[in-house]
Amino acid sequence: MSQTIKTTFQLPIGPIHPALKEPVAFEFEIDGEQIIDVNVTLGHVHRAIEWAARKRNPIQVLYLAERICGICSYCHPMAFALAVERIADVEVPEHAQFLRVIHAEIERMCSHILWAGVAAHEIGFDSVLFLTWEIREKLLDLTEYLVGNRVTKAITMIGGVRRDITPEMYPKIKETLQYLKDSFEKLRRVYLEDKTFKMRTKGCGILTKEEALKLVAAGPTTRASGVKKDVRVDQSYFAYCDLDIDYMTPDILTGEVNGDVYDRIIVRLLEVKQSISLIEQCLEQMPPGPIVSEPKIAKLLAKLKKVDGEGIGRMEAPRGEVFHYVKLNANEYIYAWKVRAPTYNNIMPWIPMLKNQQIADIPIVAASTDPCMSCTNRIIMIEDKKTFILGKEELHQRSIQKTRRLHL
Amino acid sequence: MLSELILRIILGTLSVAAFGVFFGLLYKGIDRKLSAHMQGRIGPPIRQPFRDVAKLFEKENIIPDHAIPWVFNFIPLVGLVATISILLYLPLGGFPPLFSSGADLIVVLYLLIIPSLALVIGGFSSGSPYAIVGAQREMATMIAYEFPLAILIITIAWNLLQKGVTSAFSFSTIASMPVWNQVTGPLGFIGFAILLVVLMLVTPAELSKIPFDSPEAETEIAGGLLVEYSGRNLAMFYLIDGVKTVVMASIVVTLFFPYNLSAFLGLGSYEAMIIDIVFYLFKIFLVILFSVTLIRVAIARLKIDQIVYTYWIPLTLASLIGLILVMWDGVIMNIFSFT
Repeated sequence: MSQTIKTTFQLPIGPIHPALKEPVAFEFEIDGEQIIDVNVTLGHVHRAIEWAARKRNPIQVLYLAERICGICSYCHPMAFALAVERIADVEVPEHAQFLRVIHAEIERMCSHILWAGVAAHEIGFDSVLFLTWEIREKLLDLTEYLVGNRVTKAITMIGGVRRDITPEMYPKIKETLQYLKDSFEKLRRVYLEDKTFKMRTKGCGILTKEEALKLVAAGPTTRASGVKKDVRVDQSYFAYCDLDIDYMTPDILTGEVNGDVYDRIIVRLLEVKQSISLIEQCLEQMPPGPIVSEPKIAKLLAKLKKVDGEGIGRMEAPRGEVFHYVKLNANEYIYAWKVRAPTYNNIMPWIPMLKNQQIADIPIVAASTDPCMSCTNRIIMIEDKKTFILGKEELHQRSIQKTRRLHL
Repeated sequence: MLSELILRIILGTLSVAAFGVFFGLLYKGIDRKLSAHMQGRIGPPIRQPFRDVAKLFEKENIIPDHAIPWVFNFIPLVGLVATISILLYLPLGGFPPLFSSGADLIVVLYLLIIPSLALVIGGFSSGSPYAIVGAQREMATMIAYEFPLAILIITIAWNLLQKGVTSAFSFSTIASMPVWNQVTGPLGFIGFAILLVVLMLVTPAELSKIPFDSPEAETEIAGGLLVEYSGRNLAMFYLIDGVKTVVMASIVVTLFFPYNLSAFLGLGSYEAMIIDIVFYLFKIFLVILFSVTLIRVAIARLKIDQIVYTYWIPLTLASLIGLILVMWDGVIMNIFSFT
């Protein structure tokens, strides 16, 4: 009699798969419907943006930075501008600081509502996808009204912003905010009270507080696990220090932190609400003044050309902390630029989240960190037209060699 | 005489097949249009499914390297034939069924398994991990919904047998004696109402529609069972889906709403036929609207363990309660008749 042997099998998800909106490859070890092990491979959308930046001056890099990500099209150039401002000691006018907050919060709402729709689609609830995107449409209309573009805002300038928000524009903004407040109740009922939503998201993709701290998760992902981390509060920038702002953790609403997908939905919904209140506060408190410290771009460039130094720009993007490092060496072009998008931090937390879940949970868990692969891909190792991965040991050896070379 | 019989069977089968395919695709188009409007979209034109099928038949039929070609190609045909043959046993719009045996209900119950089984075999034979996961899920779903469905069919047949009908499993008998006319008290009425709800909830699983579409879940396993199918074979599965929608709706209509308007209005032969067919198509539309369209826009996809739980615990319990209520209905009447 032959003996039955139960074995696991491999299920590849990606690089291209309907569950993923951008290329990333998962290799799952599956037992029946249960995930035993998972391995993530990145590096399918490297675009050499940092390299391209080395042949551009800081103003041109703003446009390049805008194209790192379609959804975070505001916080990437802004973080770059923050870094350059720090190097060149550019003082941003107070009025512009408030304008920057307004644009950042509109972008956050756009991103969170878009994410909510994608999450609904991942669990097969397409009606909610269309409902949320209808709400987002109003926000895009507002964006277009304020900056002239719907997605790629082109509003950032080193030392301020490029367009003013005048009191004549307030009624339209307030109207949209009122619409959002009215729709918010609808969204809250759908996402937090619908039975099938709860069945699919509660207790699914759990990231404990310890894991979140250990793996340095960022943004709503880490806040949903109860870690109080938000650049807007921790290291206040723009006008956030003048505004009433606090960490959004799920216990504000439910009184407990589980760190599951449901909590991530709660955090994002709370943040949409917070953004509405932040914009309202900005409209009330915004002092009059110039929108940019140096309106003449040629003059600004001449100043930046003489600057030598390095600086960092940190900003709370919708998905978490975005970090830009810039080095200028008194040259027309920038010397070095390093971008770290929030998704980079949120890749490793996928592994504890996905382990021991079902196959059916893969799309919603993968989407729950709101990954953005093209933002994350900063490096690809190629030798003889073949890509390869550098291990920890080899990286260590290479850095030792580099240090020795520098000491010579 | 014999040639006339053969001609009748051949022509009848062909016309029933054409009927099933045409209305299956038409209802699919209506379903898509309605759900699009419910979701705030415009949606495709109603004739879109016809275009889809026509296009798929023109497309290349790709057989994956790891597949077993003859099973892979043969199984869609088996599924389609089995699905259409169910229609032959059903009374369609006032016409008596083309075929009839003493145990129509049992035959249909088994024939209904074949399209699902075809999907499972097709999935396993295509050699893709997604299709294998999908096939496993389809099997689990089948096992899950068969139980409440069997209880329901037994209840209806048992009720008729109690009334002293000899051919209780025959569809023409069931159609001529609607269940609502057989109940004698409120208990029986409630019992059959519960069973109707159960059947309406078995329908989306039978048709692999949201929330019970995990075998095909596009965001999870990229279409699951059908992931490797293309061209003619995919068109065949598309047709199975359309015809099966009509079949399931017809079963609901035959078991629970076999009423016709013509007798009520007292119309003549041709008018009666037309009115009956239109009324029958309208009833099918209502069933599809409630058990496919409305459900699939209103809730999210369930996981496979949740599907099995839904059918084994709440729906099986509901159908058992329905069975008991229908039983009591008769028993209570018997007590009254004794006293």
